[in-house]
Amino acid sequence: MSVGLEPLGLFGRLAAGLRTSGLRTWWTMLVISLEERLVYRGDFIIGTLMRFLPIVTQVFLWTAVFAATSRADIAGYSRNDIIAYYLLTMVTRAFSSMPGLSSGIARSIRDGSVKKYLVQPVDYVSFLFAARVAHKLVYYAVAIIPFAAVFWFCRGYFPAWPPPATIGAFAASLGLSFLLGFFMEVTLGMLGFWILEVSSIVFAYMLVQYLLSGHMFPIDMLAGIPTGLPGTSLADVVSWLPFQFTAYFPAAVWLGKVQGPELARGLAVEAAWVVVMAVACRLAWWRGTRRYAAYGG
Amino acid sequence: MHRYLSILGTFARACLVRDMTFRANFLLECLTSLGWMSMNLAFYLLVFQFTPEIGRGTGWTREPFFAFVATGLVINSIVQALFLPSAEELTEMVRTGGLDAVLVKPLDAQFLLSMHRVDFSSFANGIVGLVILTVALGRMDYTPPPVVWLIYPLLVVCGVAILYSLMIMLAAATILMGRNQSLYDFWFYIINFSRYPAEIYAGPWGGPLRALCTFVIPILLVINVPARTLARPLTGAAWWAVAGTVVAAVAAVAVSRLVFQAALTKYRSASS
Repeated sequence: MSVGLEPLGLFGRLAAGLRTSGLRTWWTMLVISLEERLVYRGDFIIGTLMRFLPIVTQVFLWTAVFAATSRADIAGYSRNDIIAYYLLTMVTRAFSSMPGLSSGIARSIRDGSVKKYLVQPVDYVSFLFAARVAHKLVYYAVAIIPFAAVFWFCRGYFPAWPPPATIGAFAASLGLSFLLGFFMEVTLGMLGFWILEVSSIVFAYMLVQYLLSGHMFPIDMLAGIPTGLPGTSLADVVSWLPFQFTAYFPAAVWLGKVQGPELARGLAVEAAWVVVMAVACRLAWWRGTRRYAAYGG
Repeated sequence: MHRYLSILGTFARACLVRDMTFRANFLLECLTSLGWMSMNLAFYLLVFQFTPEIGRGTGWTREPFFAFVATGLVINSIVQALFLPSAEELTEMVRTGGLDAVLVKPLDAQFLLSMHRVDFSSFANGIVGLVILTVALGRMDYTPPPVVWLIYPLLVVCGVAILYSLMIMLAAATILMGRNQSLYDFWFYIINFSRYPAEIYAGPWGGPLRALCTFVIPILLVINVPARTLARPLTGAAWWAVAGTVVAAVAAVAVSRLVFQAALTKYRSASS
């Protein structure tokens, strides 16, 4: 596929400056993906705005729960904390969620279109990474307005601004959550080399991910649920799994629920999971392409 | 009418044959569907670890609330089984011009577009919903009077009709816009408001939202009214809610029909 950069306006002119650098391929991949994302702009903007609707129900649900209980807090969260938590998980999910990534990879394996990456001098995982960065850049450019509006509107639910070190840790955890979400989904999609139809596995993954990531409720609420292991609650088990880093952890960091050595340990575990999943992804690509038989014209 | 019922039966048989051809996939779809449902039930059980009821003095304690949830499962499973799979295909049909083939057939386009595919695996949630409903009613202090067993199925049908109408209006938007994947997400987000008792929408923002979702988009009538007939005595106000839900269902079907027909007149084929 040949790509002309000139008609791309600003992107094309910026690309011209990069032509002599080693970044050209990456830049081209990024530009293609940006253009692709902007084709259905209206659909994309509406979709972004809609994602805030479920939060509205959560606000009213937890307000009703706190109205009916004599507790000042639930698992260490006041009503305002819980609402702030849900809003912050929206930010985390904006980084870690990768809609359509694994199913797209599995489809490209099934219909044979993945074979072009085997003959072209373009690394498939790098291409997917550039495409996803582009997807996210467009998403943030569009979503920053509704996000800012909602957070400003709900500012009363948030505690005071955390210290700069906490903000730094929050930013680091968000960056890692993007990498973790990306490598987990790519690895999942590459199961398509072994199983042609991965949609059921993707659904099962989404199920586990939704429950154990903290997207549904703060993981601290699982602290009272025993696992059968002495002195180990369900929350302890979940804290070692990768899922919590895709929703719960950054939100908990911002709210000050994870601090000091626990914060350092959390970031280290998150970084370790990124490395593990990046290696798993490369391994799956390497092993998968060796057993791959191309179908399709 | 008999012709349409016969065609609907043929569609259902064809879909069942297709599902039974890929039995493993069918079972996985049932399990996935049950998995999502179980996860939500686990969340509600967790919530009731921390509170005796949803909203102070609302009466939505654990058992009534689970009767509410079960009613939602039954209504949503019917919509997801009978109508949603067909509607999901509409986006691509409009974008690719496949809708042309539907419009030239000697059948009502709305019927064909909204009922040609039946997803039998979605009934799994409804069956579990009925089990939960039975258990919740058995544990409730209040026993509904016998007349409720005539009214409740009618209200369930009304709930299905309201959701169907909303879906048809979004389908009409698809025809007008050319692509509206987000509007189908919007459908899921909107029905999310119906998942909880109307009483939670209180206060300066909740009040107007409740009014909007009751009188403009009558989504709060879908589950709330049938569930309330099971959980509370049928007093004067409750009868008004029942009557209002029936009227809202009839009006929603009529309006959605008009909107859909109007949208079809604006359809411009994408094919050659």
